[in-house]
Amino acid sequence: MSSVTGERISVGRIGDSISRPDGTPKVQGSYAFSSDLSAENCLWGATLRSPHPSARIVSIDISGAYRIAGVEAVITAADVPGSPTYGLISSDQPVFAADVVRYVGEPIAAVAADHPETCRRALAAIVVVYEVLEPLVDPERAIDGSHPDIHPDGNVIRRQRIVCGDPDIVGDVVVEDDYEIGMQDQAFLGLEAAMALPDDDGGGVSLYVATQWLHEDQKQIAACLGVPLSKVRLTLGGVGGAFGAREDISLQVHTCLLALRTGRPVRIHYSREESFLGHVHRHPVRIWMRHHATSDGRLVKVEARMVFDGGAYASTSSAVLINGVTHAQGPYRCDNAVVDGYAVRTNNLPCGAMRGFGVVQACFAHEGQMDKLAAACGIDPVEIRLLNAMVTGDKLITGQIIENVAPVARCIRETAALPLPDEPVGGHDHDPMRLPGGAGRTADSSHIVRGIGFAVAIKNLMYSETFDDYSTARCRLSDGVVTLKFATSEVGQGFITIAGQIARSVLGFDTVVIDSIDTDVGSAGSTSASRQTWMSGGAVNAACIKVRDLLFAAVAVSHDVDPLSLAVDGGDIIAAAGVFRISALEAASGLSFDETVEYHHKPTEDLDENGQGNCHTAFAFVAHRAVVDVDPELGLVKVIQIATAQDVGRALNPLSVLGQIEGGIAQGLGLAVMEEIIMTNGHVRNPSFTDYLLPTFLDMPTVIASLIEEPDPFAPLGAKGVGEPPTISSTPAIVAAIRDAIGKPLNRVPVRPTDIIGLRAFPSI
Amino acid sequence: MSVIVPKSLSDALAALADNPDALVLAGGTDAMVEVNSGHRKPSHVIAINRVSELRSWTFDPVAATVHIGSGVTYAELMESPVAQLLPALAEASRTVGSPQIRHTGTLGGNLGTCSPAGDGLPVVSALDGMVHLASVAGDRSLSVHEFMVGVKRTARQPGELITGVTLPVLSGWQGYSKVGVRNAMVIALASTCLATDLDSRNVRLALGSVGPTILRCVEAEAFAAAVVSFESQSVSASDARRFGELAAAASRPINDHRATAEYRRHAIGVLASRLLRRAFPNE
Ligand SMILES: Cc1cc2nc3c(=O)[nH]c(=O)nc-3n(C[C@H](O)[C@H](O)[C@H](O)COP(=O)(O)OP(=O)(O)OC[C@H]3O[C@@H](n4cnc5c(N)ncnc54)[C@H](O)[C@@H]3O)c2cc1C
Repeated sequence: MSSVTGERISVGRIGDSISRPDGTPKVQGSYAFSSDLSAENCLWGATLRSPHPSARIVSIDISGAYRIAGVEAVITAADVPGSPTYGLISSDQPVFAADVVRYVGEPIAAVAADHPETCRRALAAIVVVYEVLEPLVDPERAIDGSHPDIHPDGNVIRRQRIVCGDPDIVGDVVVEDDYEIGMQDQAFLGLEAAMALPDDDGGGVSLYVATQWLHEDQKQIAACLGVPLSKVRLTLGGVGGAFGAREDISLQVHTCLLALRTGRPVRIHYSREESFLGHVHRHPVRIWMRHHATSDGRLVKVEARMVFDGGAYASTSSAVLINGVTHAQGPYRCDNAVVDGYAVRTNNLPCGAMRGFGVVQACFAHEGQMDKLAAACGIDPVEIRLLNAMVTGDKLITGQIIENVAPVARCIRETAALPLPDEPVGGHDHDPMRLPGGAGRTADSSHIVRGIGFAVAIKNLMYSETFDDYSTARCRLSDGVVTLKFATSEVGQGFITIAGQIARSVLGFDTVVIDSIDTDVGSAGSTSASRQTWMSGGAVNAACIKVRDLLFAAVAVSHDVDPLSLAVDGGDIIAAAGVFRISALEAASGLSFDETVEYHHKPTEDLDENGQGNCHTAFAFVAHRAVVDVDPELGLVKVIQIATAQDVGRALNPLSVLGQIEGGIAQGLGLAVMEEIIMTNGHVRNPSFTDYLLPTFLDMPTVIASLIEEPDPFAPLGAKGVGEPPTISSTPAIVAAIRDAIGKPLNRVPVRPTDIIGLRAFPSI
Repeated sequence: MSVIVPKSLSDALAALADNPDALVLAGGTDAMVEVNSGHRKPSHVIAINRVSELRSWTFDPVAATVHIGSGVTYAELMESPVAQLLPALAEASRTVGSPQIRHTGTLGGNLGTCSPAGDGLPVVSALDGMVHLASVAGDRSLSVHEFMVGVKRTARQPGELITGVTLPVLSGWQGYSKVGVRNAMVIALASTCLATDLDSRNVRLALGSVGPTILRCVEAEAFAAAVVSFESQSVSASDARRFGELAAAASRPINDHRATAEYRRHAIGVLASRLLRRAFPNE
């Protein structure tokens, strides 16, 4: 097994496209994911979950489970010593349901036993008597108050309005429509897994877990265990993707409780089906939008109503909602707006963070509107976007001024200028695999129509609304070896690689060791919100600069040069004038430094009741153009090409940026044409990869990308976050291309074959 | 749980005679899914992938038939020369799963599972294949139409092993089409196999995923045989459309979370008429 930390990597500085240390082991199968962890004498844990979306728990009888040989512990809500609930923003989710269950899959009990099969039998032997209740599944009923509260905190998690400029102004041209976004799953490949080791004295616990934010987990676990923070230590287990689904607690508290109860190591692994039930999803949303414009296509006002279905527990719904409503205008100048948004509670699966975080939903609607507006004004879709493109200094509908680099028009122009595919439908070699239907050979070229669609997005970076999501990094230099320590979750985005590149560039040494990623250093904040390159990159950069300055001071003394004249040049330290040059290794010989730095972004504000306030930290922009072949008779599609120009600030590792662009597009494509958790009356119909479809290689288009590098003065390295933008406007671009091909409106994602053909999506009853 | 790995057919049959209800494991791409999900808890497993008699195919030029051992994989069926002899089977094999599944999954396993969505089955049905079963008590062969009894139900008796299928080599065009919501590795929402025979001048059409088991479309087949021209390889656009309508009418789809019955029926009509046009490309 190989792990990525602790390895010495000695090549690559800022700007180099070096490949990642975890890449080859992952492809070869030797990478240690957290599900590969094991310890001597380790027990297996498993979770009993509710089969009902809404029910009262009449009784729980665990005695049957205890009678099974090999069962070491059975725990329920009564066994939670500390806080009975947890949550990222509000602590509203029970560790185990006690009186009521609020969604299918809600944990009720957990067992620890000698074998997974023993666990399975133990779970089957627990008898829970339910009084089944009518579930609340329609978000509108959560708003109109026609369903009793399903939680003491009420059925509306948050409502936020934005009123800006003249709310009554009317444009020459008005277009409106309803949009719907289905529930997408993050569908990371490395399933939830953790192992907890109890301390010898039973007072604390060490947890190895695949997570996005070690310190937030630590805080919530310690509260539920009722122990001080210092009694809970977390180490990052190998993570196989996250995309938001590892931001909330899932198995962390259960695993720790079982380890403390049994005094033995315990590991829990979710199955794929359990994973679908055990983590939060992308919010399904219904959006109404009305756009007003002048007759020549300039935006006058945006009106919107957005309803985010948060499911049973709050998770990050209130923040997702804020992202949705504050991004309703898209990357376009607009002086007037009336936006009303709700995040509501239902008995559907809980929803929270997923790549794009509320902006995916807003963008699908505003880009549909921009195309409608273009048609109504008789302007080309690309032209109308250029006409309205925002620039640095523009004011958003929240009153916030965009201070970041904002190359929106450049993103649009460069995307539009990228070459269109030069091949006809089916390719030059008439390969049937390249037609919609792919391996199924459903079509011949004559059945296919091609369409082109365009979409543009704005995305906030980092956390919002006064949250200080700082990051910490420690840099040690000893005998010419640099060791970096941080708690930044490497979830597959490549931060470990970037951190080494930063250190090598700042300090001039080749050898950088990445220390274990754990809670023995301060928080790094979450690996989410496209923030780690900026935040943890900023912290690593600052810590390395501090060490470099100490080294310069030492060199200045020993060589009698002005420390302020020193600089790093490759592997050397030089004086600016160029006469003095010494290798960094030689200069550092016998010296050691150890510096820890916190990096904070500028403070942000809350929104007031009219949605006004400088709530966001920074922004990035992107444009996508999709070319899609459609079989209108069968409703099948094949995305042929995606062209994109993305505002990246500065590409610290262009290969890594491209990886994010391609991966983000794959996820955006999934939402556009296939990925959806289908729920009926609170029950999940497709919790497996047989029926929850992810794009395969045959579904992925050619991607051509142009990186727009205008270093951002606010970013510590000029680099903007690049993880989320690719997934945001790729979805509406693909849908626009399908609309273009078939000439019909499509206002819902994922687009289903029946939507394209014009058949009903559900059987008539 | 006992696992037996016989190396010969006679050993396999003997093992099966000892435990007639043992789980026969070929590629395991259906069986292990069932085991892992807890739907099946076998106490005995007989793994047959080392039984060499089951792992090859043979062409009989005199009878113009191909015998395919039950352990032949999809990947092998996609290779020439068998792919040239049975093009529809090769096309159907290419639609199955991913490369990993095609290198492990077998035609025998497809028959053993007998899912209405099994991609090999419409081809075997359209070609009126014979399924061969063996046990220590003796061998028997039956038409695939008798073998497939219902949704995941076959005429195989406890103690019997599927040893292979025999398919005729026809002289006309044949092909397979399958609709799913993804361009690869997807369960068929609707599928069709069309096979034509110039010698006997007939057209066969079998439908997958739109009934409890694979359906043949007798009416559509008779209609096609009457309206197409085998000499000029032609069919009129309206006759191709009518053929599709007859196929759709013969389908008996259900609504489920994967698709509506209405969509499946519609798709059958489109696929059938497109396949007829591929077989008879001239107007
Ligand atoms: C990811 C994935 C994708 C898939 N995609 C497709 C697809 O696109 N199309 C499709 O049709 N199928 C698909 N399948 C299902 C499966 O691959 C096929 O049905 C395959 O043909 C099964 O063959 P096997 O050799 O793996 O059978 P096994 O799983 O070994 O056996 C299947 C059943 O047949 C019985 N059996 C097998 N051989 C014999 C024998 N010789 N005698 C008696 N009984 C026997 C077994 O006992 C078992 O009940 C997929 C499966 C997976 C996991």
